[in-house]
Amino acid sequence: MTKYIIRRLIGMIPTLFIIITLSFFIVRIAPGGPFDGERALPEAVKRNIEAKYHMDEPLIVQYGRYLFDVVRGDLGPSYKYKDYDVNTLIAVSLPNSVVLGSMAMIVAIIFGVSLGTVAAVRQNTLLDYIPMILAAFGLSIPLFVFAPLLQQIFCMQLGWFPTTGWFMNNGAPLRTAVLPVIALSFAYYADIARLTRSSMVETLRSDYIRTARAKGMKNSTIIFKHAMKGAMLPIVSYLGPAFAGILTGSIVVEQVFLVPGLGKFFVQSSFNRDYTLIVGVVIVYSAILIVMNFIVDIVYAYLDPRISYK
Amino acid sequence: MSSFKDANVLLEVKDLRTHFKTDNGILKAVDGVSFTVHEGETVGLVGESGCGKSVTNLSIMRLVPSPPGKIVGGEVLYRGTDIMKLSEKELRNIRGNKISMIFQDPMTSLNPYLRISTQMIETIRLHQNMTKQEARERAITMLKLVGIPSAESRIDCYPHQFSGGMRQRVMIAMALSCNADLLIADEPTTALDVTIQAQILELIKKITEQLKTAVILITHDLGVVAGMCDKVCVMYAGRIVESALTDDLYASPAHPYTKGLIASVPKMDGNREERLFSIEGQPPNVIDLPPCCPFHPRCNRTCEVCRHAYPPVKQVGEDHYVACWLACSEEERKGALEGAENNGK
Repeated sequence: MTKYIIRRLIGMIPTLFIIITLSFFIVRIAPGGPFDGERALPEAVKRNIEAKYHMDEPLIVQYGRYLFDVVRGDLGPSYKYKDYDVNTLIAVSLPNSVVLGSMAMIVAIIFGVSLGTVAAVRQNTLLDYIPMILAAFGLSIPLFVFAPLLQQIFCMQLGWFPTTGWFMNNGAPLRTAVLPVIALSFAYYADIARLTRSSMVETLRSDYIRTARAKGMKNSTIIFKHAMKGAMLPIVSYLGPAFAGILTGSIVVEQVFLVPGLGKFFVQSSFNRDYTLIVGVVIVYSAILIVMNFIVDIVYAYLDPRISYK
Repeated sequence: MSSFKDANVLLEVKDLRTHFKTDNGILKAVDGVSFTVHEGETVGLVGESGCGKSVTNLSIMRLVPSPPGKIVGGEVLYRGTDIMKLSEKELRNIRGNKISMIFQDPMTSLNPYLRISTQMIETIRLHQNMTKQEARERAITMLKLVGIPSAESRIDCYPHQFSGGMRQRVMIAMALSCNADLLIADEPTTALDVTIQAQILELIKKITEQLKTAVILITHDLGVVAGMCDKVCVMYAGRIVESALTDDLYASPAHPYTKGLIASVPKMDGNREERLFSIEGQPPNVIDLPPCCPFHPRCNRTCEVCRHAYPPVKQVGEDHYVACWLACSEEERKGALEGAENNGK
């Protein structure tokens, strides 16, 4: 197992290398550049700027230079936000996104798994319909509708929470986290609850659950000891990519509640053709995705004894 | 084989009815089944696929998936108490403890995510007041009894590390670990290959004789029945059409269906050039079955009354009952026919 883990860790390096290479060239193929504006810059100014960022060199040399920087841990200067380098921008915003994403994911898992299980056990009763209707809302209401709606109800009318702000900045209170977390977790709750329900329903129909019943086991023991492990497998494999997605996919929530997270850079950098920032954010995103998938595989082996890694 | 007439009645099934709600109507999977199991007796339940053998036994344990299934009538008396009327808690005290089950497919009947030791120990501790260590020793003893080599170490394996035959042995060990009075074996050898089948059947026979456990053996193999059972019930379309002591049944089958089944068994000394005998046609769809003998479309001795009324159960010998109009007198047939016609008008 240890051997397998080490091999997987080493295997991440070529994966990341390919991702860096592809994104480096793809963003440069896209039309336009970081210094193109409404008005064309004077020729001399443009040449000066390009010389400053080594953009006058052949592409392959730029690529070599960038790769060398990345290996040293330097993601380069931002082309758009002058005086900032990509490392700083990510270091400032990533923790906010990670905290927001993790909290939302934990909320989504707690409610998704518990309500999904209840729905499966009490199939076709009110306890099944209510969580599933809620999940249908979660899937169908766009975040940019849901988030302002929360603000309207809980901030403007009830006045329980401040509309915006983020508790990790400037001493804002912890309750600023409540609404962004609810908003962000809603869609993930929907997915997890539906997955849990269908997977649990299927597991409860399986032969080994019938055996457990025939042995005289209590219903609660059957659900938690016999069915839960098997029923959780699809959720675990969903969680890997979902967790990576929730970190960068929180752009709407971050905008609505003014959370200074990574999502903003993920979108803005593409509009700005901020080459280094795009690739930097892509590297962070793929690193998280790779690590998450790796963790999923390990958890899988822990849950299912039939899977073993050598 | 000896008769168990004098032994205490262990389980008495009376007019059991289990129906399934389907989109096409109500499926009467079990429609008035009655039989008795005495202490230590082995009863065979035979019939084609879909005749209600498994549902009968799931109903005895109230394990029929509901919905869509529902036990709509009848009694199952275990030592005089009606299982159908027990509370969920009292029922759990019987399941796995007094009556236990082994299933058709050992590959899927054990929980793949839990160790054999976990699954066995939890069963033993559920019904018997034992410490974990005592339960573990009991489990190892049982595994040895069913012939698992090096049981002390194998007990901590997961089910996927066992072969199909070994898993069925584990199932048997688990089912009998609480000294159940009655073992319901639902086609325990169907999913296994022939050599293993013989071993498993031999094992069930040996152990249940040793532990004095009664057995309900569900099978569609008449050869198995002949070797294992004291008494046989033949099921067709949700009802028992004939029941008799095994030797009587083979010597003098009374129902045309039983005769057909026995004739269909390949014989070692038979003419190999000849085609094997088979009963023509298919079992009926048990949804909305009209009042008639369900076997009449396939029967070679049909008479008028078979098409209009279900035959009553008649005793044709000691412990030998059959539900067939052929066993009835001329007057009874005439009376039933007239009754059916009057109803039709």
